[in-house]
Amino acid sequence: MAKYITKRIIYLIITLFIIASVTFFLMKFLPGTPFSNEERLTIEQREILNAKYGLDQPIPIQYMNYMVNIVKGDLGVSFQFENQPVMDLLMNRIGPSMQLGVQAMIIGTIIGIALGVLAAMFQNTWIDYGSTFLAILGKSIPSFVLAALLQYYIGVKLGWLPVASWNGFSSSILPTIALACFPIATAARFMRTELIEVFGSDYITLAKAKGNSRGEVAVKHAIRNALIPLITVLGPMAVGLMTGSMVVEKVFAVPGIGEQFVKSIMTNDFPIIMGTTLFFAFLLTVIILIIDILYGIIDPRIRLNGGDK
Amino acid sequence: MKKLLEVKDLHISFHTFAGEVQAIRGVDFDLYEGETLAIVGESGSGKSVTTKSIMRLLPQGNSEIKSGEILFNGENLATASEKKMQKIRGKDISMIFQDPMTSLNPTMTIGKQIMEPLIKHRDLSKSEASKRAVKLLDLVGISKPETRLKQYPHQFSGGMRQRVVIAIALACAPKVLIADEPTTALDVTIQGQILDLMKDLQKKIETSIIFITHDLGVVANVADRVAVMYGGKIVEVGTVDEIFYNPQHPYTWGLISSMPSLDSQDEELFVIPGTPPDLLHPPKGDAFAPRNPYAMKIDKEEEPPMFKVSDTHYAATWLLHPDAPKVEPPLAVQERQAKFRASIKGDK
Amino acid sequence: MNREEIKEIPKEQFEPAPIDHEAGERLEKPQLSFMKDAWLRVRKNKAAIVSLIILALIVIMAIIGPHLSGHDGYEQDVAKSNLPPRVPVLENMGIFDGTQKVGGEEVNKYEQMNIEEYYWFGTDSLGRDLFTRVWLGTRVSLYIAVLAAAIDMLVGVIYGLVSGFKGGRTDNVMQRILEVISGIPNLIVVILMLLILKPGIMSITIAMVITGWVGMARVVRGQVLKLKDQEYILASRTLGAKNNRLLFKHLLPNLSGVIIINTMFTIPSAIFFEAFLSFIGIGLQAPSASLGTLIEDGYKTFQFLPHLMIIPCILICVILIVCNLIGDGLRDAFDPKMRD
Repeated sequence: MAKYITKRIIYLIITLFIIASVTFFLMKFLPGTPFSNEERLTIEQREILNAKYGLDQPIPIQYMNYMVNIVKGDLGVSFQFENQPVMDLLMNRIGPSMQLGVQAMIIGTIIGIALGVLAAMFQNTWIDYGSTFLAILGKSIPSFVLAALLQYYIGVKLGWLPVASWNGFSSSILPTIALACFPIATAARFMRTELIEVFGSDYITLAKAKGNSRGEVAVKHAIRNALIPLITVLGPMAVGLMTGSMVVEKVFAVPGIGEQFVKSIMTNDFPIIMGTTLFFAFLLTVIILIIDILYGIIDPRIRLNGGDK
Repeated sequence: MKKLLEVKDLHISFHTFAGEVQAIRGVDFDLYEGETLAIVGESGSGKSVTTKSIMRLLPQGNSEIKSGEILFNGENLATASEKKMQKIRGKDISMIFQDPMTSLNPTMTIGKQIMEPLIKHRDLSKSEASKRAVKLLDLVGISKPETRLKQYPHQFSGGMRQRVVIAIALACAPKVLIADEPTTALDVTIQGQILDLMKDLQKKIETSIIFITHDLGVVANVADRVAVMYGGKIVEVGTVDEIFYNPQHPYTWGLISSMPSLDSQDEELFVIPGTPPDLLHPPKGDAFAPRNPYAMKIDKEEEPPMFKVSDTHYAATWLLHPDAPKVEPPLAVQERQAKFRASIKGDK
Repeated sequence: MNREEIKEIPKEQFEPAPIDHEAGERLEKPQLSFMKDAWLRVRKNKAAIVSLIILALIVIMAIIGPHLSGHDGYEQDVAKSNLPPRVPVLENMGIFDGTQKVGGEEVNKYEQMNIEEYYWFGTDSLGRDLFTRVWLGTRVSLYIAVLAAAIDMLVGVIYGLVSGFKGGRTDNVMQRILEVISGIPNLIVVILMLLILKPGIMSITIAMVITGWVGMARVVRGQVLKLKDQEYILASRTLGAKNNRLLFKHLLPNLSGVIIINTMFTIPSAIFFEAFLSFIGIGLQAPSASLGTLIEDGYKTFQFLPHLMIIPCILICVILIVCNLIGDGLRDAFDPKMRD
């Protein structure tokens, strides 16, 4: 296990290193320096700034500095916001994004699991078809479409919940629903397949042969065993949430990282784009690593006899 | 001896993509108190389906008990409610499965799995159930039962797991124990141990056993009576001696001559030609006729009834009809029949 | 037990009837090739069949749709901007009659502005016919998706085949590369790529393909490793089959199932990604239309002219739903566990 974790961490570092290098050279490809669009600056001032940020040095040295800075958590400064450090901007905006992400993840998995369990327990009945159809909808409808529709019909037309403002829990409801659809669909589909397989296994027949009712079999024996592999879809779910957060935050004007990212794309604020990209990459790779390690720890079958069938 | 379980004219069908598969086409048998009845047949003959239907564990939705009765304690299990069945399963009738590697819940401790039926049917408290579980593990020959109780199935070997499954099945001292090929998936050396254990426990707990197998060698070891199944029907039933030494049905002849034995001189083992019948379209007449070297015209026209050979021995073959020509069974069977006759004369 | 009285049977019935060996060995089921069998299963899946028909209709419309209304999709005419949908016949039933709420009042914009023509889906802010543009957009979206899926398939299958089939050190090195690439979130790669490449059909496709093929390569390699050890491959090898024959005669046909399923799931995800990129502003640029750019355009005036957004939204949802349903149907059909 220790060997596996070490190996995975080495890969994580290589991956992050490649992403960081690619972002650096992309920055160099793009025309101008961070200060060339500041027209107020005189050439002298600009040179002073360039020297201050080390932009007058040869590229290999800049690359070195850049890498060292990243390790220190310094992602450069923004073009737009009066040269504010990107890291500060990200930290200021991480709260709402985290809140939405965590809410959507929790609600999504709970509802998804419930739908999946119902579908598997009542396989090939209308409950199953209904749940499967919901899951297909959740998987298919893009989050920005759903976000826009929710905003228009529930927010604007019915006026039930606030739109395009961020204060308090009530304004997080609609974006959470829009974000939660993907986790619901993923969890429901996975849970259904997994449970149906578990229901067909010998130990479930044995559990029935002990005199357990259908409900007892499901609760005591089946769901637990189907839940463990569900951990593996948490990674793709996190990716989906991050993708979704950009558009959902844009639609509902949530002051989060995703909303800022989309804005930066519009205004060509490259340091923020690059910084956010690196931040997202770091977050995702770490989340996926944690999930994989967790899976290895939780499932005794994988942990102890990975080699045998 | 008292009849414990009576299966009468049982018909079971599966509804599949292709159509209705008539897996069981009229099965009758009785189970007496304290006896071991072996049901023998090749795969697809319906032996597992028959026993699963006794516990009503057939998959819901696509299987159906078309007709027939399963009488247990004066109750017809074929039509009993699910609630009623839940009270019977694990308490009065319990079951051991073929593959011990998959029949235990991988994420639950052994102790919990053994205690489950005790808490359920015997209303024991957790600590009482735990004490009883230790005793049960000891009974099935697992050392250090207290520590073993807290372990998970993957910490046990295949033979050990089957012992655990047996402990679970016997937890509530059931009246009927159904063993569905309990030794097939085990190593030969372990097979013997498990069979000995089962015989030993049967005496201690006084339970009746229905033992399903395709291995005649195992049957000779454990069974009091044997029922031979073919194509969803019982074709011959009798005591172990009757089936082994005086078989009447050509299919039983085939089974016995295809069994290797120490004193058989032939180099080559006998093989029953052909494949089992397709129960999607059950053949007219005797299902075994297409593979039967002794087949007669009537076999292809009409199904043979059960002919009585002795009070305990019946066989469904037209060869037993008084008008049928006398045929010579295979050599191996003839030798056995000669021994059988000699032993009867010796008794008298 | 049947203890019937022994009944009289005519003597001649007891004559021997020899075994008909042929009859015993005859197979009751007709033999089906893998593909035929899969098709039979897909055909039983009603949702997949309906989806297939809908998808076929959408593809046909993507080809002929832009020519049906008689209006050009690029021609701008500000005099005819922001018209609501109006369809002949349906307008008499009170729907799609060209009315719109302006300041709380229902007005018929066509009558107001004296326009005789019918714009079935209305027009956008530049007076372009939405019907034509929607089908043009569908065409572009489908084109990008199919192209991305095809390249993913090609690269992924070759990589997976080579990696799995060669084995040993080659496999080891190729796997390490794969692991690093798959560690990079594809969202990030796509965004980075689009920042340096000029947004366009080709660059979007390339950006998606750069990490997209990894999934296919993994699945194919896994299958190859599984199949390679099977007896029939060994048998063929002992009979002297060359690698090429093994690859094309034995492996590829058995891989076709997973390849088709994987491709079928790539298409909707590529359509989604294209729309997503357009929505955050790095997708296709004006005046070209894709479903994503239409939705993005429509979103700007969503509160006042909802039809501009809702129509392309419905279309993209329908496409994604039917693609997923077809993918599900294919997966169930090809799943060897389900074969009986």
